[in-house]
Amino acid sequence: MMDLTVIWAFIIAFAVFAYVVMDGFDLGIGILFPTFRVGQGRNRAMNSIAPVWDGNETWLVLGGGGLFAAFPLAYAVVLPATYPLIIAMLLGLVFRGVAFEYRWRDERHTKFWDLAFFGGSLIAAMSQGMTLGVLLQGIEVVDRAYAGSWWDWLTPYTLLTGAGTVAGYALLGSTWLIWKLDKGVQRHARYVAMRSAIATIVLMGAVSLYNIFLNAEYADRWLSAPEVYFAAPVPILTAIIAIALLRSIVRGRDHTPFWLAIALFFLGMAGLGVTMFPYIVPPGLTIWDAAAPESSQIFMLVGVAITMPLIIGYTAWAYWVFRGKVGEEGYH
Amino acid sequence: MFDQLDALLLARIQFAFTVSFHFIFPSFSIGLASYLAVLEGLWLRTGKQVYLDLFKYWIKIFAIAFAMGVVSGIVMSYQFGTNWAVFSDKAGPVIGPLMAYEVLTAFFLEAGFLGVMLFGMNKVGKKLHFFATLMVALGTLVSATWILSVNSWMQTPVGFEMGANGQFLPGDSWWDIVFNPSFPYRLAHTVTASYLVVAFVVGAVGAWHLLKDKTNPQARKMFSMAMWMAALVAPLQIGLGDMHGLNTLEHQPQKIMAMEGHFDSHPDGAPLILFGIPNSAEKRVDYAIEIPKASSLILKHDLDAPMAGLDTIPDNQEPPVGIVFWSFRIMVGIGFAMMGLGIWSLFARWRNGLYEWTWLHRAAIVMGPSGFVAVIAGWITTEVGRQPYVIYGLLRTADAASPLDAPAVAASLLAFVLIYFAVFGAGVWYILRLMGKPPATGEVEANHGYDGPIRTAGITPGPTQNPGQAEALPSEREDA
Repeated sequence: MMDLTVIWAFIIAFAVFAYVVMDGFDLGIGILFPTFRVGQGRNRAMNSIAPVWDGNETWLVLGGGGLFAAFPLAYAVVLPATYPLIIAMLLGLVFRGVAFEYRWRDERHTKFWDLAFFGGSLIAAMSQGMTLGVLLQGIEVVDRAYAGSWWDWLTPYTLLTGAGTVAGYALLGSTWLIWKLDKGVQRHARYVAMRSAIATIVLMGAVSLYNIFLNAEYADRWLSAPEVYFAAPVPILTAIIAIALLRSIVRGRDHTPFWLAIALFFLGMAGLGVTMFPYIVPPGLTIWDAAAPESSQIFMLVGVAITMPLIIGYTAWAYWVFRGKVGEEGYH
Repeated sequence: MFDQLDALLLARIQFAFTVSFHFIFPSFSIGLASYLAVLEGLWLRTGKQVYLDLFKYWIKIFAIAFAMGVVSGIVMSYQFGTNWAVFSDKAGPVIGPLMAYEVLTAFFLEAGFLGVMLFGMNKVGKKLHFFATLMVALGTLVSATWILSVNSWMQTPVGFEMGANGQFLPGDSWWDIVFNPSFPYRLAHTVTASYLVVAFVVGAVGAWHLLKDKTNPQARKMFSMAMWMAALVAPLQIGLGDMHGLNTLEHQPQKIMAMEGHFDSHPDGAPLILFGIPNSAEKRVDYAIEIPKASSLILKHDLDAPMAGLDTIPDNQEPPVGIVFWSFRIMVGIGFAMMGLGIWSLFARWRNGLYEWTWLHRAAIVMGPSGFVAVIAGWITTEVGRQPYVIYGLLRTADAASPLDAPAVAASLLAFVLIYFAVFGAGVWYILRLMGKPPATGEVEANHGYDGPIRTAGITPGPTQNPGQAEALPSEREDA
């Protein structure tokens, strides 16, 4: 079973996970931006990600570009099916991205670009979460093309997955800020992190329960033997991590909450894998149905094998250069 | 049926709009990244303050342009799937890997080192910072290489097989796909164009400040550097364009016929139509001003060489002649105007008038945006000229679109137009404001420290520039 297509499914999953975590905390900071005070609070929050956000967002391009290359049929089906969400996400990211530069360039309109930073981040996060919901609730495919209507993306379920993603990103953003800031702003981040953590855990639970009722096959995987023996560790570990996360926030830990928030996302991703595999576009398309030919897979795999260690290396270096608390005068 | 046609037309307008807008920013940032690397390299080598000042002056502009390029570029990487799903499904196995390589070898490189380039001058050593600048510049060039390989493959597709499911599948050699026949010419012509875009922008900014103060050392240096580029690179670019044209004649003859306005075949020497109004309905060029046999001379290097016209091409395989005819003339006209300014500047340099001749400076200001116009005109020439195909000769644009309803595409098109004009209009305004400030000795860098970014927006920092921040300080103390 461990063929090239499965390897590619894991590479795409890795890119999506890397994106969700890394741009997740950027978008989360955007979502929480209005709760920070104008001036030092907002400046420091934004400066904690200014040098790295562009690299973080690049994982989204890898996720999209990788899907196009490795699973062209999935790319060609999912994007028309989620058309309004993708367009909204892209436009949200436009506002979010330019705000990093614009808000410093125009002191009379800083408030406007702060609002753009918040709104862009919120819309992008919500759209991404709803896109996941559309995928999980199933996409109608006829003759290698999307065959549903263009309102299929808007259901109570997709709204729930969207809200869950917004809460989760806010959790990542606030725990990142706990790590990168100090004094009053850090206390504020901790306060928001607690609320985001509770919202994330509740919404994750709600989405998981909804999944079981959404589709008989999903229910089988989570509730009947022997699948349940493989699946059960995921919710159990999630519960343990969730409790540890809440404790670390209450106890005022510095960087532990951030890593535990990432662990929570990792388990969410694992749960998603259990739910979907081997389908890439439920209910009809498996990863093998959508896969590019072997020659394309091998050509790209060589590139990934060579470049990925380098990418991880210099990305880590960039984070290292800007390590430490973001103080009032910049990085210490 | 009517709805389908509408959705297709809207999708085409949307792609043309978003890609034209996007193309403006990379064509500026590719050249500017290289210019910044040159400036920082010269500073490290000579230790002269003027190069550091110019580096810090231009990096603030680069930061804004790059951000606009990134956000408009992400739109492109998803637009293939949202609006051109059939194309994505069919061409994905061939061009998808090239685009994945672009992400892996270029986008990560640019983005990974951009933070250090913009904010890390005081955190890493000078040499390591220079390395970061070089990596960003290299990333922009690698990115251009891959995406132009993709575009070239769509123009001159080779090295593929047709799969049973209608997909284009890679053949035996990826080398053939990547280095397809039009790629080397397109790459050289486009990257050179990007360098000229920046040369003329830098030249115009230098000229603007020379008109106000001809002793400003930074303005003198940038104007001089830009005029060397104009004098040396504009002629080179005309030569490259000629080679690219000959390549197009070999592989996409219809495109050349449209560019030349050759509705009819000319068995013994085709004229070069300088100006005229293409009349596609009557299949002729009205009010044409022609040089007899010159087209054959340019394209075949023989006055009497026969040249086929659009009369040899079935109507349903012809590109729209008017657009291609005009955009080509705009591009070529600007190319020669650029060379003219370059020659003028050489003469001025020889007569010691480079920093004195105000008419030269005024002309350089007028020519400032010309590079962008030429790039867009060239892009329109090559993209409209390959119509009605998206993969030349094999897949029609009309057969490549997503199964979307017209209202969905119309709504997204409207959103793109409104938001792009507002957001990128603001960005261009901020860039123009930065350009309006004269470069100074001891120029401050684009540091997003806590007072840094505000200070970089103006030459005279002060608390009055940022009342919000002044108010915020006590409130932060309050809750600390």
